[in-house]
Amino acid sequence: MMQSARLAASIAAVVAGSAFATSAAADDINVYSARHYDSDDRLYEAFTDETGIDVNVLEGGSDQLIERIQREGVASPADVMITVDAGRLWRAEDEGIFQSVESDKLNERVPDSMRHPDGLWFGFSQRARAIFYNREEVDPGEINRYEDLADDRFEGDICIRSSNNIYNQSLLASMIAEHGEDDAEQWAQGIVDNMARDPEGGDTDQLLGVASGECNLAVANHYYYVRLLKSDDDADREAARKVGIIFPNQDDRGTHVNVGGAGVVENAPNRDNAVRFLEFLASDTAQHIFASGNNEFPVVDGIHKDPVLESWGNFKKDDVNVSVLGENNPEAVRIFDRVGWR
Amino acid sequence: MSHAVGRGLPALFHRLRYRRMPGISPWALMLFAIALLVALPVIVVFSHILFPAGDVWQHLASTVLPGYLINTFWMVLGVGTGTLIIGTGTAWLVVMCRFPGKRIFEWALLLPLAVPTYVIAYAYTDFLQVAGPLQSLLRELTGWEYGDYYFPNVRSLGGAATLITLVLYPYVYLLARASFLEQSVCVLDVGRTLGRGPWHLFASVAVPLSRPALVGGVSLVLMETLNEFGAVQFFGVDTFTTGIYRTWFGLGEQVAAAQLAACLLAFVIVLVLLERWSRGKRRYFHTTNRYQQLPEYRLGGWRAGAALLACLLPVLVGFVLPAGILLSLAVDHGDALFGARFIGLTANSLGLSASAAVIAVGMALLLSYGVRIHNTPFARISSRVASMGYAIPGSVVAVGILIPFAWLDNTLNVWLNEHYGRVVGLIFSGSAFILIYAYVARFLAVSFNAVEASLGKVTPSMDAAARTLGQTAGGTLRRIHTPMMRSSLLAAGILVFVDAMKELPATIILRPFNFDTLAVRAHSLASDERLAEASTSSLAIVVAGIIPVILLSLAMRRSRPGSRVGKDEDLG
Repeated sequence: MMQSARLAASIAAVVAGSAFATSAAADDINVYSARHYDSDDRLYEAFTDETGIDVNVLEGGSDQLIERIQREGVASPADVMITVDAGRLWRAEDEGIFQSVESDKLNERVPDSMRHPDGLWFGFSQRARAIFYNREEVDPGEINRYEDLADDRFEGDICIRSSNNIYNQSLLASMIAEHGEDDAEQWAQGIVDNMARDPEGGDTDQLLGVASGECNLAVANHYYYVRLLKSDDDADREAARKVGIIFPNQDDRGTHVNVGGAGVVENAPNRDNAVRFLEFLASDTAQHIFASGNNEFPVVDGIHKDPVLESWGNFKKDDVNVSVLGENNPEAVRIFDRVGWR
Repeated sequence: MSHAVGRGLPALFHRLRYRRMPGISPWALMLFAIALLVALPVIVVFSHILFPAGDVWQHLASTVLPGYLINTFWMVLGVGTGTLIIGTGTAWLVVMCRFPGKRIFEWALLLPLAVPTYVIAYAYTDFLQVAGPLQSLLRELTGWEYGDYYFPNVRSLGGAATLITLVLYPYVYLLARASFLEQSVCVLDVGRTLGRGPWHLFASVAVPLSRPALVGGVSLVLMETLNEFGAVQFFGVDTFTTGIYRTWFGLGEQVAAAQLAACLLAFVIVLVLLERWSRGKRRYFHTTNRYQQLPEYRLGGWRAGAALLACLLPVLVGFVLPAGILLSLAVDHGDALFGARFIGLTANSLGLSASAAVIAVGMALLLSYGVRIHNTPFARISSRVASMGYAIPGSVVAVGILIPFAWLDNTLNVWLNEHYGRVVGLIFSGSAFILIYAYVARFLAVSFNAVEASLGKVTPSMDAAARTLGQTAGGTLRRIHTPMMRSSLLAAGILVFVDAMKELPATIILRPFNFDTLAVRAHSLASDERLAEASTSSLAIVVAGIIPVILLSLAMRRSRPGSRVGKDEDLG
């Protein structure tokens, strides 16, 4: 008993010691990231190769990371915070986590609509929330807008995931911005009435639902579809071939896109390195890794896109302000609760 | 002899034990200190109750709250009943009956413990969904289309309750088996001479005598069910816990979320109190430590077959099948980063879990012994409060820990900066310390229940004898109780260890830089909808959990008082 206690104590000491050792050195940069793609590692390595600055990473959910930075306060080691959604960027901004950055490089490369006016955060990649259809059952000409999904003729046709998911919350937030709360609620009610099944699973599951015939239409982020198309699993590729993609609302406000972005944290101990890191994220190298790693759309023009993305050509994107999506988020959740979209 | 209803003899010892020392006993102080330390996150969360939450309650009550309550109710009922039946039944079979494969099932029945709920959810979803291999095969063989046939949906309340039952019943099994092993042959013999058959003996003697252990096991299961997040979230089943997350992060209503957590906890407290109250004045001591080899019922024919099947099914469905699914996924489409990185992840997981296990068992021992020798209402409440962390969702506990320690770090750094012009960074909240603290705060209940049930079986006459012979309270604990309870202490440690290996929400929020565990890796891949790649880490968690589980079972068998290992082997 005593021996095992001593053993455990020394294990604890080693664990704790190694944790202290990795916390923060002077020529490092500490990144809190809500992204967790394996391609991110290449991103960090490329930055270290280019600048000699080591990158320490803490991955987690956006909300938890925001909470943690807030609690850590002035002593927080966080230099940069990366999130994957407009709603979260806004929340981080709203909680006062970011500081403003003035960088000619960033201002020149990142389009106006993709960054905060005061440089609190910058968008580095885009994902489209598209409509998917079963190629055998649906004529893609029948459906042009998100609004169509709530139409009676699609009763029992739609697969869409739970409203706990931020992508759906942001989509409804954009509907609120366009149509106001009452009409947005009616739209959400229409979707619930048209659901083929209770919401379950993630975006990939909705696509597989369309492929297997459970539903004819689905809403999902575009890169899940690309991932299925490129999967090394035959069954996945077979399923993806049965599914087609529609970029809705091309004749009016454009397809709802979400932005993944980053900002320099208010109390960043390594501010200069942090700014260099953001500038690096806007570089051709980084944008290419962003685009190829998770099949997202780069924000900088002229980056060589993935062949699949290239084949879709240019489509019109809804350029509603990111803060509007953030501000509408709690109301969107309440609407979901009211219409019974679980 | 041991007895369930003891009034005469213990009353005598009562006077011996409760002779009050003048002044404050150091045990009482220690009890209070541990309870306060462990309950800190709970208290922090609860302080939110004092703030007004606005109209959000009205919104919740008129929309989603009834659904949360109904789902949670069915979940608790289903999982509670299921685990009680499977756990107690299989434990009785392997302890008291003799049938083919018994020696294997003794430890194999524990294996599902190594499978986290979210992992079994991933595995079965992949296997059973409409687009999965089983249904695809079915369609291929029969030529049916989707919709032509009925197939139960695993992503449902029933599916979640079933899967959770399958991986949590070992808690009940473990404690029930330990309790059956510790039972005295004399009581069973008395039952037999009074003409009771095996079924009756089980129902009217063994189960009532093991009540503290069974209750301990089931209450662990229920608390785990109440705060279960990974699987229910993945399945889209709205329970109280998913509601707390949604209220906190979706609606942005932190106060209301904390109040919901408080409701959940109040529910648990009422359950615990009800059980205590229904026990009344009954106590469950064993008054002798003379044990003989337990007599076994030899089963033959269809009975042996039924026993075999009853033990085989839970292992098959709760462990072999999901592990097989994960293995085939891992081989075909596993994690591309498998290799050196995994050694680091595994070392992190093991180191953290082992540290948490040792500390949690030590604290549980001190707490339950403190209550034993200093049995005041205050002491009892302190020990209960200390084990409440288990019933609160992991990420709520995590935030409750982060708030005070981040404050401490900030204060320390500001002070150092003023006086010495230097900062030391986040010593507490930025290191593995806070993670181990979180594990202990969350899992103390696990070790406490096991240790308390075991300590409750040591008759107070042991204490009295030891103290009469000049041992101090601490000496009695060290020389008498700890050796007697060795198997239960080990069981408690392994339970915490395995729980910590599987822990996810608190680990994600509280871990230091560049510090990932197997659970974190599995989760980040799964949350990115890469289940196939997540299978490698999931499998590693399971494998790393199996070894201690098997060790545990071996140690438990050797530890039956009076049993000789050699004799055991002969029976094998």
